Amino acid sequence: MERVLMKGTEACAEAAIKAGCRYFFGYPITPQNEVASYMSKRMPEVGGVYLQGESELASINMVMGASAAGARAMTSSSSPGISLMQEGISYMVGCQLPGVIVNFVRGGPGLGGIGPAQSDYLQATKGGGHGDYNLVVLGPSSIQELVDLMKDAFEIADRYRNPVLILADGIIGQMMEAVQFKFEIDPTTLPDKTWALDGAKGRTKRLINSLDLVPERLEQHNWNLQAKFAQAAETELRWEEFLLDDAETVLVCFGTVARIAKKAIENARQKGIKVGMIRPISLWPFPQAPFQKFMAGAKRFLVVEMNAGQMLQDVRLAVCCQRPIRFSGKPGGTTFNPEMIEKLIWDLEEEGSK
Amino acid sequence: MSTQTYRPLYQRPKSLSPVRNSYCPGCHHGIIHRLLAELIDELQIQERSVIVAPVGCSVLAYNFFEIDAIQAAHGRAPAVATGIKRVHPEMVVITYQGDGDLAAIGTAEIVHAANRGERITTVFVNNANFGMTGGQMAPTTLIGQKTETTPEGRDPLRNGFPIRVAEMIASLTGPVYVARVAVYTPPLVAKARNSMKKALLAQIEGRGFGFVEILSTCPTNWGLTPVQATKWLEENMVPYYPLAEFVGGPQT
Repeated sequence: MERVLMKGTEACAEAAIKAGCRYFFGYPITPQNEVASYMSKRMPEVGGVYLQGESELASINMVMGASAAGARAMTSSSSPGISLMQEGISYMVGCQLPGVIVNFVRGGPGLGGIGPAQSDYLQATKGGGHGDYNLVVLGPSSIQELVDLMKDAFEIADRYRNPVLILADGIIGQMMEAVQFKFEIDPTTLPDKTWALDGAKGRTKRLINSLDLVPERLEQHNWNLQAKFAQAAETELRWEEFLLDDAETVLVCFGTVARIAKKAIENARQKGIKVGMIRPISLWPFPQAPFQKFMAGAKRFLVVEMNAGQMLQDVRLAVCCQRPIRFSGKPGGTTFNPEMIEKLIWDLEEEGSK
Repeated sequence: MSTQTYRPLYQRPKSLSPVRNSYCPGCHHGIIHRLLAELIDELQIQERSVIVAPVGCSVLAYNFFEIDAIQAAHGRAPAVATGIKRVHPEMVVITYQGDGDLAAIGTAEIVHAANRGERITTVFVNNANFGMTGGQMAPTTLIGQKTETTPEGRDPLRNGFPIRVAEMIASLTGPVYVARVAVYTPPLVAKARNSMKKALLAQIEGRGFGFVEILSTCPTNWGLTPVQATKWLEENMVPYYPLAEFVGGPQT
């Protein structure tokens, strides 16, 4: 199969098209502008629509409209833009509309900077907007994985009629790698959406709505949503186990940091350290199973993130005070190199042997 | 057996749902709903229309029309409508919005949908206040008008001036039909119907964006009887918000 050298943002866009997405709405923000420029060129070639919204608010609501009309639709942005989209995402959840949102996270808070970060983890995995809800959140650590997860994202979104968020970062977006596209979905072959708005011809009218002024009915609607989230929490778990069989020090990293940590782990292993890594790929639902699986051999956990300690909260719940957890973070758009992470591993090793 | 046949002169339009609406007595939403439903029937677009309901008094509009419907976040109806229209260009996409929704929180969405020449139709009901939330000041509230949040009357030094939305939309190049109408007399109802038809035809014929602002009473929040409210609208709103076709009329 042909391998193509592509930038992360452009590979993301092409993967969406190959996943059957024909509607992209977005608003410029660094570091992900090539998604839009790529879409503006490619969408007309495949009979799709690229449209630049007047804001992220408008863009997510255009996604909502296109999704309500039955199409696979998406947007991409970076942290400040994703904050603006939270209203629309909450409405899409309430309306039970699928859709894919890609966040190439940059440092915050506020306007922050344009360096890569993971500081939107909590926003992404704990709801983000108002109301009781979750999105399935997928965190790629390479461009190939981003490509593959785009297909999963559209399928999961359609399966649960709920938006899916891809939590990438500026590094995933801006670096180039060789990628393969192992899928090509013709959107006209996708199953009909029996709830979509396409005109009440030969049927009764359809309504897509998140409003219910009867609290008891709205409660039931919420329980129906929760049942979907419970199903997704069981079904959509994804993680990678890296050199864990004899690991005494277990790193927990996602996305770009996991990529860097692998090099550090390999280097430390060459010097005889028993170290491995749990890499959550689905950030919601958070994979708890590998923690229990490797708990017996683990002496300590080391969480490394490009933020001030966000996934750390989920790791604490998974480890549940059974082992000590050390955290190292880099918020604000800076990142680690393998030597820095290897030093963290050595420091823990030395503390442990004292 | 009677040989006589009866021709109905007046009946509920097919596109108007046989349900009780949620509007106050004397409010003009009911008249406007009926006009829109009549036009959907007349233009034979019931099976390919979708209405985007706003947040505000007409939030439940989806219950009152026998067409596909979606309810949007406050002010965002034109963006949602854009998404639907881009997927189904053959459909007739209508946003129905009040002045709290369209002239305050949703100004960006309406201006840019209009400016793109989006092939959608917007029915904008202006009653010079936020009705659903209990009569607060809207951008369209008149100078000196008392509301829940302008107890001494709207003071332009503090709250600025009422926005003439139709004129603002008409200043753009994208729209092909922009008018302001009212429905407080039978001749005005007929004119309003004609304007709404033109705005729908602009979309149906693929020519561009159509916008009709309709002045409406709000007797409940204005603290007036329906008859007094009509008089207040005529004497206060019409002088500030002139009834006219701004784009796509006979003179332009």
